Amino acid sequence: MKTAVIVFPASNCDRDMIVALEKITGHKPHIIWHQDEEIPPVDLIALPGGFSFGDYLRCGAMAARSPVTKKVIEHADRGGNVIGICNGFQILTETGLLPGALMRNESLKFVCKDAALRVENSDTPFTNAYSEGQVITVPVAHHDGNYFADDETLKAIEGEGRVAFRYVDDAGQMTKASNPNGSRNNIAGIINRRKNILGMMPHPERLIDDVQGGTDGLGFFQSMINAIN
Amino acid sequence: MKARVHITLKNGVLDPQGKAIQHALSALGFDGVDDVRQGKYIELDLQETNPAKAEAAVEEMCKKLLSNTVIENYTIEIE
Repeated sequence: MKTAVIVFPASNCDRDMIVALEKITGHKPHIIWHQDEEIPPVDLIALPGGFSFGDYLRCGAMAARSPVTKKVIEHADRGGNVIGICNGFQILTETGLLPGALMRNESLKFVCKDAALRVENSDTPFTNAYSEGQVITVPVAHHDGNYFADDETLKAIEGEGRVAFRYVDDAGQMTKASNPNGSRNNIAGIINRRKNILGMMPHPERLIDDVQGGTDGLGFFQSMINAIN
Repeated sequence: MKARVHITLKNGVLDPQGKAIQHALSALGFDGVDDVRQGKYIELDLQETNPAKAEAAVEEMCKKLLSNTVIENYTIEIE
């Protein structure tokens, strides 16, 4: 599986993503600076976490209009796989590749903790190594992870099985207390209709080695290997 | 000419910052504030001298960058 990681000014989870992709695929990803005009042919493009362009105007707004992002959109339009983690998810919603928006956390506080996630749909290129209903624990670290979509959009996302992950408690129950940011329907991650684009606020790339405290994120990457290779 | 753009959250979109401002006002003794909605104000200096063309250009800017129409409304004043 050939991969690329896009780096914007103030991306800060790019290295974690590069290390994870190299460990899992056995190949170093292409590292693409936001001013680079070309992305080599790859199976997967990853938009990493961080605070691209200082979160100016809105999180992900500047990065979504950056020239390299046009190439990411072209790759996605050709059916290429794209993942956006944290700021990457914010960028994907700002481009319109994924519906909805990520707003300021309901608590107004930056949230940095482990979150239990329930796998809602295991029939995607990003979740097939998990089983449906499986609860995994993945860290979240964000100030603007409050997923919003209007009623009609939300109904479509839910009806089409496009919620990939939902915040739950340790028993797998969706509760208000287990929702770290106020996201509608406890949504932590979604996919597009074509199932080649995923955005999520939690960080699976931070849980791929025992030294990081767990390996619950490995399944996320293994899924893509299963789907692509 | 000058364009003034106000960007506000759409009705139905929760505004936790507005709520926090409301609580802070109440704590300061400013009673009688039923609701607070916060937003952004952007001022643009434009080379364009035709008001209609200026407004059309700023409208495009709002749609493409200045606002996120999933969650926000915008109003434009040209002067």
